[in-house]
Amino acid sequence: MTDKKLLLGDEAIALGALHAGIKGVYAYPGTPSTEITEYIQKHPLTRERGVHNTWCTNEKTAMEAALGMSYAGCRAIVCMKHVGLNVAADAFVNSAMTGVNGGLIVIVADDPSMHSSQNEQDSRFYGKFSLMPILEPASQQEAYDLMPYGFELSEKQKLPVLMRITTRMAHSRAAVTVKTEAQPIQQLPFAKDPASWVLLPANARRQYAALIEKQAELESLSAQGHHTRLESGSNSKGIGIIACGIGYNYVKEAEGGHDDFPVLKIAQYPLPSTLIHELAAQCREILVVEDGQPFVEEQVHALLGADYPIKGRLTGDLPRTGELTPDNVAAAMGVASKRFFEAPKNLVPRPPALCQGCGHRDVYNALNEVVREYPDARVFADIGCYTLGALPPFRAIDSCVDMGASITMAKGAADAGLFPAIAVIGDSTFTHSGMTGLLDAVNDKANITVVISDNLTTAMTGGQDSAGTNKFEAICLGLGVEPEHVRVVVPLPKNMEEITRVIREEIEYNGVSVIIPRRECIQTLNRKLKQKRKEQQA
Amino acid sequence: MKTDIILSGVGGQGILSIATIIGEAATHSGLHLKQAEVHGMSQRGGDVQSNLRLSDSPIASDLIAQGTADMILSLEPMEALRYLPYLDREGWIITSSAPFKNIPNYPDEQALKDELAQLPHIILVDVEKIAHEHNMPKCANVILLGAASRYLGIVSVDELRDSIARVFGSKGAAVVEMNQKAFDLGHAAAENK
Repeated sequence: MTDKKLLLGDEAIALGALHAGIKGVYAYPGTPSTEITEYIQKHPLTRERGVHNTWCTNEKTAMEAALGMSYAGCRAIVCMKHVGLNVAADAFVNSAMTGVNGGLIVIVADDPSMHSSQNEQDSRFYGKFSLMPILEPASQQEAYDLMPYGFELSEKQKLPVLMRITTRMAHSRAAVTVKTEAQPIQQLPFAKDPASWVLLPANARRQYAALIEKQAELESLSAQGHHTRLESGSNSKGIGIIACGIGYNYVKEAEGGHDDFPVLKIAQYPLPSTLIHELAAQCREILVVEDGQPFVEEQVHALLGADYPIKGRLTGDLPRTGELTPDNVAAAMGVASKRFFEAPKNLVPRPPALCQGCGHRDVYNALNEVVREYPDARVFADIGCYTLGALPPFRAIDSCVDMGASITMAKGAADAGLFPAIAVIGDSTFTHSGMTGLLDAVNDKANITVVISDNLTTAMTGGQDSAGTNKFEAICLGLGVEPEHVRVVVPLPKNMEEITRVIREEIEYNGVSVIIPRRECIQTLNRKLKQKRKEQQA
Repeated sequence: MKTDIILSGVGGQGILSIATIIGEAATHSGLHLKQAEVHGMSQRGGDVQSNLRLSDSPIASDLIAQGTADMILSLEPMEALRYLPYLDREGWIITSSAPFKNIPNYPDEQALKDELAQLPHIILVDVEKIAHEHNMPKCANVILLGAASRYLGIVSVDELRDSIARVFGSKGAAVVEMNQKAFDLGHAAAENK
């Protein structure tokens, strides 16, 4: 039996995973991947079956826990945004070396155009150098269908599978035909093969050779795989198209139902070289349409040789940066734009801003007041809502690089003599990747002032639970920060005098100090109040 | 037949609720639908937009190509103009006339009005004023949908009204009634435009 549901790409993946009988989802929130885990958390099957669904401290702990679940014979997924894969990379790459027992799919959401991210890295490169199979759905329906397929592939090949999506797949809604019944949660016997799971060099060399050995089969599976196919078009122009993931949709949109081009639709990697040669033989030129970096384009060059004309992002036929759009794909295919109106000249950008009443505002107001007294002061910030402190009216921060870099960059700068070196980090980011850096600073007695702006939630991604809530003083003390230099304040305008005094005192202390301004995120607070009112009415 | 709509506004104004109501109505009428949304950072008071595509045949792209949108439905006048390159030459703009000024360099209001007035198919509705007059401050988005319902040929006015009942059903009869009233007010407001 089937049913039709209107689902975001993220939700289609989540439901596909639940229906494939997962025992757990492991994730740290990150746009545009967050809704996968949230959908599973809210789904009745999750409670009914006891599917693990709480948030992890970071992507690495998520990846490792999922690998443990796979070891114990159950199916699991890991979800993260593209930069989260950098954090999980050690576990991710080595999970291809150990292999898996229960099926394991790692879902990574890339963000070309950087709608909510700091770079455009393409996760397919990670899949390739880890030598893992990669799935890339073109539609919400494919995203749903590829989950059970991916688990079977994972279990048959004894390898983790990477599913790569991009923002437009994650956050676009369409009707999906779904099964009305879920597969039972499967329980394979626990793994007990230390020769493959203990990656001592002698074992690892054997595992690596076996992994290399599998590649030819993985490639032939890509060619036969679900949703990868060579479609013949009228081929009136002699131009073939390789369309990866959602790039296929833009190609079809530009064709407008005419099927002019032979199209090799790619939904699985390693790239099926047989199909590429087949396409190349039919055409005199190939256009590569892929979202992200020129991953396929470079490989096709290597495959077909320098003389075969290949167009794509490297040749400028598609833009080198930013996401694919129906417009830039149509232009690359030689389809004229229908653009009629021009945008008026007096439009101005409307950047996002910290909410009115947000505690981070009070933190920056206080910080700005004190920092004004120190001409050399630098504020090293981090990833979260408070990164918006870079914009007017605050212009309060000097750097934001990656999760946790505030504390460690402040430390390095202090090591070089910069004073005062101030770090601003959110509560969830601190437990994600800030704690180890704080230990470095304590061990070196670095002269830094760390502000952990604690709003009791992971706010920027929509208010998920934060791993360290109610534990921050204990964590800082446990890492060795002096008790008299762990200071808690309440960021409210009426407390400005106290907050600025505390900041001044701790800047003047020669060593590691931590200031914790703590006030609940007003978005989560309002949501809770609303919920409470609703319950009272009911 | 297809209808491509760009919904725009400022984070928090409720454009995604409009998309949900139209989407629900369209699915109920058996239409194909794709809707690309914006989540994450830009929701914090920044500009937000959603591409909503409806059709009686399958839809390929999740995004609308330039020059092909049948409607820009906006809760803010400058945000309506931001997507002008996407509008079909015969397309409609239906927008709230009330500027939302949360930025220091908001452009000259008269200049914006003049820009809008030059366009061939434009409906300006002061949805904020109507919402205020009828004591329904959170319904400005549904009032705008009511105004747009006259031009959304692919889904009928009745389908949209019924969709409101289904979308808000879990919040109780009073909420449904208020939103349907808001919808009717918007529908009436667009009558003589």
